[in-house]
Amino acid sequence: MQQDALIVELQKGNQKAFERIYQLYSESTYGIIFSIIGEKDIAEEVLQDVFMKIWENAKSYDSSKGRFFTWILNIARNASIDKIRSKSFKNKKQNLAADNFVDILESKTNFSATIDAIGLKKYIEVLKPVCKKLIDLLFFKGYTQKETADELEMPLGTVKTRNRACINKLREIVGN
Amino acid sequence: MAKIEDYISSGILELYVYGALSETESREVTKMLKEYPEVEKEVEEIEDALQKLATGLAPYNPEALLASLKSKLKPHPAVKVITPQSSYRTKWVTYIGWAASIVLLIGMFFLFQQNSALRQSLSEAETKNSIIEQQIADIREDAENAKQILATLRDHNISRIPLKGQNAAPDAYATVYWNDNDNTTYIDALGLPEPPRGMVYQVWSLTMQPLTPTSIGLLDGFDEEETKIFTLPNANKSEAFGITLEPEGGSKSPTMEQLYVLGTVAAP
Repeated sequence: MQQDALIVELQKGNQKAFERIYQLYSESTYGIIFSIIGEKDIAEEVLQDVFMKIWENAKSYDSSKGRFFTWILNIARNASIDKIRSKSFKNKKQNLAADNFVDILESKTNFSATIDAIGLKKYIEVLKPVCKKLIDLLFFKGYTQKETADELEMPLGTVKTRNRACINKLREIVGN
Repeated sequence: MAKIEDYISSGILELYVYGALSETESREVTKMLKEYPEVEKEVEEIEDALQKLATGLAPYNPEALLASLKSKLKPHPAVKVITPQSSYRTKWVTYIGWAASIVLLIGMFFLFQQNSALRQSLSEAETKNSIIEQQIADIREDAENAKQILATLRDHNISRIPLKGQNAAPDAYATVYWNDNDNTTYIDALGLPEPPRGMVYQVWSLTMQPLTPTSIGLLDGFDEEETKIFTLPNANKSEAFGITLEPEGGSKSPTMEQLYVLGTVAAP
């Protein structure tokens, strides 16, 4: 697999591979970070930290534990959460409550050329409230299945199947 | 293969991509994905859709960001030293100047090296930290669950009724912990085989003479409940408990050929 080879190269410290990884993942990672932090400049700082971590800790990625995307996602969520807990952030942004992904998408006007902006906005419009919560907790906030079930007072199995339906809808709209 | 389709449509792959599964569960999914190309394809599509959703959230100025990051990655090329035109100054001033610059440069180089080594170990430690934090949270949750179960079983109002395997499943077993004070039963179903798809275990309270079964509930979500302990209300004057395998949704009366386990309540 091309992707696997790229990760192996990254783990060997190949800078070209890193640039490719950056191209593949930076925008989505930026989106995750921004959705947690809600402030463009700080999100940018955190994005840079996250990619430095990816570069420096590439060797600790173990493909049997999960997807590379998931690994990056974890680093990004943890770095963002650390940031908003930090003193400097609290002092600066006392009243800042990060919007969830729905609010961000609804208020956005400029989109990257790589995505179907109209499709995404349409998706948000038809998205059920329960889907908004599920995706927000599981994807953007990094809750486990159990934590999500507790938070939404829903049986474990329901979290799994409902979320699947939500993501299917997303795939219909943004899929190729 | 129908089983794989069921696996895909169960929704576990989405949770896998989110990172919402435990490490053991994730490893199992990775195995499936290596074995079945259709599972891998599905995971790739889910990942792609989520990436697009996340990308849609990013404030849009990728070029500026890339430039800024690149400048941090590669050390700047060494500044070309322009040799000063020979001047009126005497040579020894020049020599001292050069010597001082070299000393300064060496010093700066050492500081720079030390600094980047420190930075690197700091960020390694931070990543390790966050991974460990996650593991601790998982373990704490497991421990909390175990504590709850233990507290329940220690309650002195509890009577323990062992259920033995019957013809349908001679090796199966289960235990009912019945608290007739608050009319709750806890079914420990660890000794029951995983029910086939579309089937569910149903728990019955039985009274003898005449033999009357009353359903007290289903063991829903059997494969997801890691502890295999289920809580069901039971206000009956039960004399025995039985568990049968029934079609999804349960049945009005027990299918006796599918009676898995049975046990009687000891007389008080």
